[in-house]
Amino acid sequence: MADLETFRRETRAWLAANCPAEMREPVRDESDACWGGRNPVFKNSAQKQWLEAMAARGWTVPDWPKDYGGGGLSPEETKILRQEMARIGARNPLYSFGISMLGPALLKYGTETQKKHYLPQIARGEIRWCQGYSEPGAGSDLASLQTKCEDKGDHWLVNGQKVWTSYADKADWIFCLVRTDSQAPKHKGISFLLFDMASPGVSTKPILLISGYSPFCETFFDDVTVPKDQIVGELNKGWDVAKYLLGHEREMISGMGLGGHSGTLGEALADAVAGDPLLRADVARFDVDSLAFRAMSEKFIDELKAGKAHPAQPSMMKYAGTELNKARHELIMAAGGADALEWESERSRQGKSAREWLRTKANSIEGGTSEIQLGIVAKRILDLPGA
Amino acid sequence: MPLYLTDDQAMLRDTARDFMAEQGAIRSQLRHWRDIGCKDGFGHGLWKQFAEMGFAGILIGEEEGGLGLGHVEAGIVLEEIGRNLTPSPFLTTAVAFVAAVKGTAHGARWFPGILAGETVAALAIDEGARHRPEAIAMRAERAGNGFRLDGAKQFVVQGASADVTLVAARTDEGLTLFAVEKDAKGLEVEGVRLADASIGARLTFDGVEVDADAVVGEVGGGDTMLARSLAAGRTGAAAELVGLASAALDMTVDYLKQRQQFGKPIGEFQALQFRSAHLYSELEIARAATLKAQQLLDEGSDAAEAMVSVAKAKASRASQLAVQEGVQMHGGIGMTDEHDIGLYMKRDRVLAELFGDANYHADRLARLKGY
Repeated sequence: MADLETFRRETRAWLAANCPAEMREPVRDESDACWGGRNPVFKNSAQKQWLEAMAARGWTVPDWPKDYGGGGLSPEETKILRQEMARIGARNPLYSFGISMLGPALLKYGTETQKKHYLPQIARGEIRWCQGYSEPGAGSDLASLQTKCEDKGDHWLVNGQKVWTSYADKADWIFCLVRTDSQAPKHKGISFLLFDMASPGVSTKPILLISGYSPFCETFFDDVTVPKDQIVGELNKGWDVAKYLLGHEREMISGMGLGGHSGTLGEALADAVAGDPLLRADVARFDVDSLAFRAMSEKFIDELKAGKAHPAQPSMMKYAGTELNKARHELIMAAGGADALEWESERSRQGKSAREWLRTKANSIEGGTSEIQLGIVAKRILDLPGA
Repeated sequence: MPLYLTDDQAMLRDTARDFMAEQGAIRSQLRHWRDIGCKDGFGHGLWKQFAEMGFAGILIGEEEGGLGLGHVEAGIVLEEIGRNLTPSPFLTTAVAFVAAVKGTAHGARWFPGILAGETVAALAIDEGARHRPEAIAMRAERAGNGFRLDGAKQFVVQGASADVTLVAARTDEGLTLFAVEKDAKGLEVEGVRLADASIGARLTFDGVEVDADAVVGEVGGGDTMLARSLAAGRTGAAAELVGLASAALDMTVDYLKQRQQFGKPIGEFQALQFRSAHLYSELEIARAATLKAQQLLDEGSDAAEAMVSVAKAKASRASQLAVQEGVQMHGGIGMTDEHDIGLYMKRDRVLAELFGDANYHADRLARLKGY
């Protein structure tokens, strides 16, 4: 206990000295966040300085082993670091699918060589990753994917198409599900492959969404050559890796339910709800749900770190968190009234409220729909019958 | 502190679970006392057993003969009470009353009886049909070397069986709490059986004279103690609701697996699977909120007050969903008195109102947050 108190004191002092003032403001949108990568784009020098300071301590991934670029912190220490960062409103230094999705899968399924090679680069934010899961014919029924990966002796040859590939146009590498055995039952012929997006034959095309943003792409593979040692886990057993990774993806997406600020929605909308008792009531009920979900998130993370969480629990978190986030943005739109409808104006910051509201509608679709999550909870936690 | 039960707390839960399932079961307690029309609505024998198990003294300090534990532990017992719909004066006596008088002279007066499972305590707060402690109007005037109480209270749970009732009234100095004994002159107690077969008494105070030492704490200083008592009671009720809802969900899921229609178990139907999974999700969130409120109360945190309201509101709504889905998914059998699921619906309704309903607490949260 005394050690943890010392750790808290030292962490607080270090953060005070090293977290630039500009990095203590909430992230305004996805483009305002630091994503790292081969050719990183920093909004300002503070963003670069903050990433480098945190990466040097391994604190972009505080609970990963030091050998792989992590901070080597215990679960208790990691929680204290998060609390101390939240206390001063410190931004996440790096937004990264490498950290939240691929990293945990590599830690569990990667070879020692793969871990030593990829993990430290992920920790330092040097590779921006994208995820090649969904295909035009394989969304909720993910295992029916068709992207073909043939063994050509000294390399793999990949052909096919992915869709809803988040930031594929900005990514350096992809972690991708490919079919390596077309004769086997659909779950048994899939492998988990890593490759460079700059490889000849890879092309991407952004998809314009209802929000006016294009965070997702169509991604095409046309005779892409991939070195043999870039499969993670066993050949044809990529589904295990994929499922493990999906748990982490759902955990990450469920974090959206927290809204990204520490106060309640009612505090943020106080002026708007003052003259509208029904809206105030809706917001108050939302805040009950929101604060309760915040407690649930804390409990879930604590249980996860202690190995006490049910393996299907991320599905419940993803479902609850994304439905909550959609409700939050419906209320923000209601409180904003006509102002929130402005799509292109200085005042509305180019339609921030409206675009974010529309963006959240994807939350309950991406990473497995709400219906998929409910089905998983029903069968794997409640043990209800039926495949 | 991690947001799950410690090993000691998990051990207490196992003990409480076994005890309540064996001694506090619906057939031997709730149905038994209801069917014979018991005027108390609970069994004094079981209350004695609560004392023997140490449950009655959970919040009482070790130096006073109790276990010196906290709201997390009280909640563990309440969750098992909720699971079995066990009628007992535990929530009013060992939680809300003990939290109010702790650290006052009334501790020495009442704790020995509570620890022995002989004393029952009640709280007289509500004056109207809805919980509005801010609007307490009952008066207490100085008279002789004490006070004279005039007014009326209702929804005094265990009020008909209580040896002592904590009464909130206004004096010239402000809100004041009085510990009024059952034989006080001028006190009229009318036991009222509620929908769930518990008793929620109406109390009429017609010039009831009490000594100055009936005052709990300071004259005019009742707000703090009432807040402490209500925080304990509200969090406790949330824990009982979580237990009640868990049992309703378990019972319903079991039924979905076993009941056959159209040649298969109805649990195979996606519509019922989705609704069950949604209910599970709401219930787990309510459980987390309740545990968070209990931990914050035990830490003496400033953040506890808001979380208490979150817990009571969220647990009430999750539990309401659990009993409504429970009865609906049981179909016709769920409408019969013979099946237990309906008893859960009735108890839920009572606990939802006790110490403030979900709307009251959402509104209270909004006020605490300044909007």
